[in-house]
Amino acid sequence: MARITVKGVSEIKGPLIVVEGVSGIQMGEYLVVNLENQPSRKGRVLAIEEEKVIILLYQGTYETERDEIETEFYGRTMQLFVSETMIGRIFNSLGEPLDGLPNIYSDDYRDVNGTPINPTSRIYPKNYIETGISTIDIMNTLVRGQKLPIFTGAGLPNNQLIGQIVRQAKITEQDGSEKFAIVFGAMGLTMDDYIYFQRLFKETGTLNKVIMFSNLASDSAAERLLTPRMALTTAEYLAFDKDYHVLVILSDITNYCQALREISVALETVPSRKGFPGYMYSDLASIYERAGIVEDSEGSITMIVNLTMPNDDITHPIPDLTGYITEGQIILDRSMHNRGIYPPIDVLGSLSRLMKDGIGEGFTRKDHPSLSDQLYASYAEGLDKRSLAEVIGRKELNRRDQVLLSFADKFEEVFVNQGNEHKTIEQSLELGWSLLSQLPETELTKVSEDLIKTFMKSKEENML
Amino acid sequence: MSKTLEEGARIVSIKGSTVQAKNLSSYRMGEITFVGEERLIGEIIAIEREIATIQVYEPLEGLRINDPIYPTGKSLSAELGPGLLANIFDGIQRPLETIKDITKSAFIERGIQTNALDRNKKWSFVPNPDLKQGEIIRGGDQIGSVKETESIETMIIAPPYIHGHLLEIQDKGEYTVTEPIAVIKKQDNRKEELKLMHEWPVRIARPFLRKMPVQEPLITGQRIIDMFFPITKGGTAAIPGGFGTGKTVLMHQLSKWSNADVVIYIGCGERGNEMTDVLIGFPKLMDPHTKNPLMARTILIANVSNMPVAAREASIYMGITIAEYFRDQGFNVLLTADSTSRWAEALREISGQLEEMPVEEGYPAYLGARLANFYERAGRIIALGSPYREGTINITAAVSPAGGDFSEPVTANTKRFVKTFWGLDPTLANRKHFPSINWFTSYSGYIEVIEEWALESGLEDWGRYRQELFTILQKDNELQHIVELIGSKALPADEQLILLIADIIKTGFLQQSAFHPVDSFCPIEKQMRMMKHILLFYNRANILIKNGCPISLLNSLKSVQILKRMKEDVPNENLMQLNKIEDYIHSEMEELGSKYGYRV
Repeated sequence: MARITVKGVSEIKGPLIVVEGVSGIQMGEYLVVNLENQPSRKGRVLAIEEEKVIILLYQGTYETERDEIETEFYGRTMQLFVSETMIGRIFNSLGEPLDGLPNIYSDDYRDVNGTPINPTSRIYPKNYIETGISTIDIMNTLVRGQKLPIFTGAGLPNNQLIGQIVRQAKITEQDGSEKFAIVFGAMGLTMDDYIYFQRLFKETGTLNKVIMFSNLASDSAAERLLTPRMALTTAEYLAFDKDYHVLVILSDITNYCQALREISVALETVPSRKGFPGYMYSDLASIYERAGIVEDSEGSITMIVNLTMPNDDITHPIPDLTGYITEGQIILDRSMHNRGIYPPIDVLGSLSRLMKDGIGEGFTRKDHPSLSDQLYASYAEGLDKRSLAEVIGRKELNRRDQVLLSFADKFEEVFVNQGNEHKTIEQSLELGWSLLSQLPETELTKVSEDLIKTFMKSKEENML
Repeated sequence: MSKTLEEGARIVSIKGSTVQAKNLSSYRMGEITFVGEERLIGEIIAIEREIATIQVYEPLEGLRINDPIYPTGKSLSAELGPGLLANIFDGIQRPLETIKDITKSAFIERGIQTNALDRNKKWSFVPNPDLKQGEIIRGGDQIGSVKETESIETMIIAPPYIHGHLLEIQDKGEYTVTEPIAVIKKQDNRKEELKLMHEWPVRIARPFLRKMPVQEPLITGQRIIDMFFPITKGGTAAIPGGFGTGKTVLMHQLSKWSNADVVIYIGCGERGNEMTDVLIGFPKLMDPHTKNPLMARTILIANVSNMPVAAREASIYMGITIAEYFRDQGFNVLLTADSTSRWAEALREISGQLEEMPVEEGYPAYLGARLANFYERAGRIIALGSPYREGTINITAAVSPAGGDFSEPVTANTKRFVKTFWGLDPTLANRKHFPSINWFTSYSGYIEVIEEWALESGLEDWGRYRQELFTILQKDNELQHIVELIGSKALPADEQLILLIADIIKTGFLQQSAFHPVDSFCPIEKQMRMMKHILLFYNRANILIKNGCPISLLNSLKSVQILKRMKEDVPNENLMQLNKIEDYIHSEMEELGSKYGYRV
């Protein structure tokens, strides 16, 4: 397709420019704006009205001169050259190298927007990933091919948790027969966080397995809209064409959504809640739904997303819409963090939707489903008793309530608060049973007598 | 630019998921047009002078100004005939399996055109023996039948608008959906061939003879629904709940276990993996009512969240039209839509692109009207044509309120049009109490109808049991407020007993595991007897308490454990075991009584 070049624009507004008097331009077309004495900028056609072509410039419009702008339309949508040689490299949101090494040249290229996976081609994710963290492995099991966000608040140790997962998680078979890569999409990250992740990858020896797409807080917001798409286009290539197990880490989706709002306001779209555009659900879905496993491919895309809840508000549109798309969520809890519990995972609010098919006999262990149900139920009751005790005092509780309350305390103290230690699934299950042994058998309505006989340790053998 | 192209129908603007075009040969609202050289599928949704706005069911990337528009002269229609069952379609009825065969990839590419029904497959057609040459055929008359799956014999009916004399009808044999099986002569003397399939525009409700009041319950096998908040065949229900409250699992449960003849499951803007779960799971499951594979009665419509938003808008209409087609054959159809909020959001998105004036939270003013239109297509009817047929459509629709707030526009508007409301409660869901239907905010508008049905069906105790359990839960709720202040120790024994019984009801009766092989589906008889046993225990215990028996003795009875676990421990095929439980409760109570000298 021939390139078309136009000199001069009719409007410049925020990140948008409008080019008139040009025909044959495609919706979504990729373009480059050449400027005098400045590096060129890249853009995309957002809408076409008769002769007016509305364009989003990823690096903004500051210091552009209306009559000097030379827009070069490429006659195609934005594409990313993909190759296995990307592994170990660092790029910006446009796919340009930031590590001083040469560009990627490849015969393979992909449209960055991707296409939806046919539901009949999906393989339902079933293989659990051992993260070494009890509250995740036992209570909210992560499954290969799952998309799971971490709902966090400012100042909570979400990055530390992701670090621990990267360090401990067994995503591939341990015999090394399977290929593994991490694709990291940094969206509006502060320099500190960025350095943390780089150090993490270096420390864990995964640096040579990481592909980083980096958009820092100081980079353009418009460009941020591309970061996850670049990351996922690369991940899809590696997983579905090259059979890699890919762990995609996106951080932080809140920054992405804010960029989306910024651009939608510039486009004068009708806002819905809190000024976010009505299409935010669809837009987020076009990112999250790219995780998964498909037929005729050995690979998988597992997605872990950092999401900072504005003001710790889980009903805010960003966590709310995310929760409706992702397969569960891990919620970090401020009060637990303040009590020094790490990882401060809010067990009751967290959820893994794919857990039910990935645990139990043939997967983890046959007692796992019942055990986790029982821990959930008893812990929930224990927490009720704690709020009761806050009113009437611990001593006023009846015997049963006291037992449940001390169970909840113990649960948080030893099960949740595991620190940076790696626990195997077996160890976590054992710990769960030791906790249950503190309860009278009448409380154990979710575990069958058979399971109790097989797995409950006598008081002497108890780990606690 | 060539002159001819300037004159032909062409695109003048492109924005979001809509294009505007001019120079169309005709401007008909709702007409399906092909857009661009790739022939993307679109529908005319607004006309302003010579400009038509077309909503396109596929991504618009790559379209240009002046690209051609091809009219079809047809509205968005469903193909209705053999081949729908056990199939999975997208929102505009393209079979996803066929798309996979065409693309040879795991992804849905653009511009794929395919028929909904397989044109090559031969179906074994049996003509209606009562039909004779020269007889008048009207819309809805039975022409014959095709045994489509193990569960469903599809009735081949004359399309609703037909009227004429039967000239010929084919013999029993193998036919494709487009081969003529009968010819009729219409009043204007023109001949019309009838085929196994016909088409119907999805945005128009199919006609019927008469609406009828609803009569009997839809048995779902879910205790809190069947016993507390039942729905009738032909009834409507909304399931609102924030994320993680178990909407989708409940929708799956309804589609799996309900005693409907045909189930249409619309995955409207939801997760891809959930549709895959249904696709993989349903063929392995058995319909507990007919013992046939579940898939044999199921039709899936999948327009997952990252598929084009315009097709999501269409998927709801596609689903209900297919439901009406089976209703007209005399079946009871259950339509589950997950989730109508995503559909409403699609409306909002398209409305925004049309620059319509938004009302609440950006939703268009016609949101309520569209919802009403949809829910009114449910109900119990007498179908057109002979033989006499009654059919029903149930709509159970999930609503995903933003931030879990039930006052938002979609939930609030839905509440106006549905009679049953199963409000999901995040506090219940957080403690893994599923189904997380809150028994205080939920309601059913069909209690009276079902009470009547229960009387005729030998379930005369249903109303009483339900009321008694409710009263206990209600009292428990009041007592919990006191307990929160002073603890349960301070309550009198009879009130502590209420707490114990309420706990049994919540754990042993209302909680139901969707993933437990026994508990997933609970037959009506078992449901009734479970209530009976709980009440038996309550009444006995009450007498003991009145005679001075301390609550701690009752708390530690084995009966309590048995009652909490009978849902899983008593197999559905062997309800005799429930007799033993009854005996056990009696004996344990008597033992307690005699040991401590209390009279039972």
